[in-house]
Amino acid sequence: MPAIVLDDAAVQQRPMQFPVSRGPASAAVLKVLRDPDDTSGLQDAIAAAVDASADLLVDEDLQLALFCLNELHYGGFAEAREDLEWAPELNAARIRIEGPFEAALRAAVPPTERPEPTMTGVADALFALTAADSGPSLSRYLARRATLEQAREFLIQRSIYTLKEADPHSWGIPRLSGRAKAALVEIQSDEYGGGRAGRIHSAIYAGTMRSLGLDDAYGTYIDAVPAVTLTALNMSSLFGLNRRLRGALVGHLAAFEMTSAIPSRQYGNGFRRLGFDETTTYYFDEHVEADAVHEQIAARDLAGGLIEAEPQLLDDLLFGAGACLVIDGLPGLHMLERWEAGESSLRTPAPADDEAPRA
Amino acid sequence: MPEREEPPLIVAYPNGPLLVRGNVEILTPEGAPLPRRRKTVALCRCGKSTIKPYCDGTHKLIGFVTEPEEPETPSGS
Repeated sequence: MPAIVLDDAAVQQRPMQFPVSRGPASAAVLKVLRDPDDTSGLQDAIAAAVDASADLLVDEDLQLALFCLNELHYGGFAEAREDLEWAPELNAARIRIEGPFEAALRAAVPPTERPEPTMTGVADALFALTAADSGPSLSRYLARRATLEQAREFLIQRSIYTLKEADPHSWGIPRLSGRAKAALVEIQSDEYGGGRAGRIHSAIYAGTMRSLGLDDAYGTYIDAVPAVTLTALNMSSLFGLNRRLRGALVGHLAAFEMTSAIPSRQYGNGFRRLGFDETTTYYFDEHVEADAVHEQIAARDLAGGLIEAEPQLLDDLLFGAGACLVIDGLPGLHMLERWEAGESSLRTPAPADDEAPRA
Repeated sequence: MPEREEPPLIVAYPNGPLLVRGNVEILTPEGAPLPRRRKTVALCRCGKSTIKPYCDGTHKLIGFVTEPEEPETPSGS
């Protein structure tokens, strides 16, 4: 793997464009983002949508609404006022969705047997939990069978989180201390390129997208991705934005890191099989090596360190880890299901592959 | 100004790699430096990594354990 130097200017991210609404709740949120002086109807629209939702985890309208409310705390929207981040009505709307969303997540995650609240007990439990994660494998499909079009869809689906990779977990930094804090910063520093802008993981991913002729601007494909893709990011944002959920945030990061190195090699193999070179696979090759480091730090120093300091967070830590396996697995299951049926996994067709500089 | 540098550290993670922190050169037998792309690196201990000398997580797939298994009956020492 060569040391690929990326142009720092090319990785500057800008606020995203507004997405298209998917129902009354997201329409009401977007209306306030466009016209903040009129918040009438917002809370009622959210409450009605929550009441009517059959399953919040796959609810296109509410997940998009929550995504938009969360995005105010990340990169924001090009056409939204920046002070809306702390507008009371918008935060009230976010909290109104977060409550039932958290309840749905807790109901969807199977309970895990509690280990001793020690570093070794926690690390062993996390390794056992993540090793038992089975089921259909998206990474194997990519490695062996995916078409070029499916590989492009995979990059599009992943772009919603990966173009802001590591950002939700950075919210944990001021909420931890001691060994857990040092471990989290050690992982995040590596995620953010260790001081080199071109090596920020999201910037490396942007290069992968460009190599397949995809637009690397944040949010370009927001209208194309289904609810489950938004749900996974919204869950990380929920854990990150709420200090009381720091145990779940740490559990989520640990499980994420512990299930990344081996699939990353498979993803890289898939793109190599399709004829792409290391310009494309750099992101995945990087994660094979990086996450083999991170998973050790995450399981013991971060998760174990947190529970030794704050043993009352053990249940939430296990919940966060389990939630990563279940909820972050949903987009993959969705892609496999659609592809097996000969369909696209996107809501709108992928843009034409007109300028892909094939390797 | 002289650098006040912490001594390098190697941490042996149970059933996993050796994590190296600090200023350590990793060389080939001929003395050529191996690529070091991050501050903290994990060195393969199971022997099955595809990116040796670095770890790629393969130890988990092969059930690698670092602790010798307990003998069923303790032999006299």
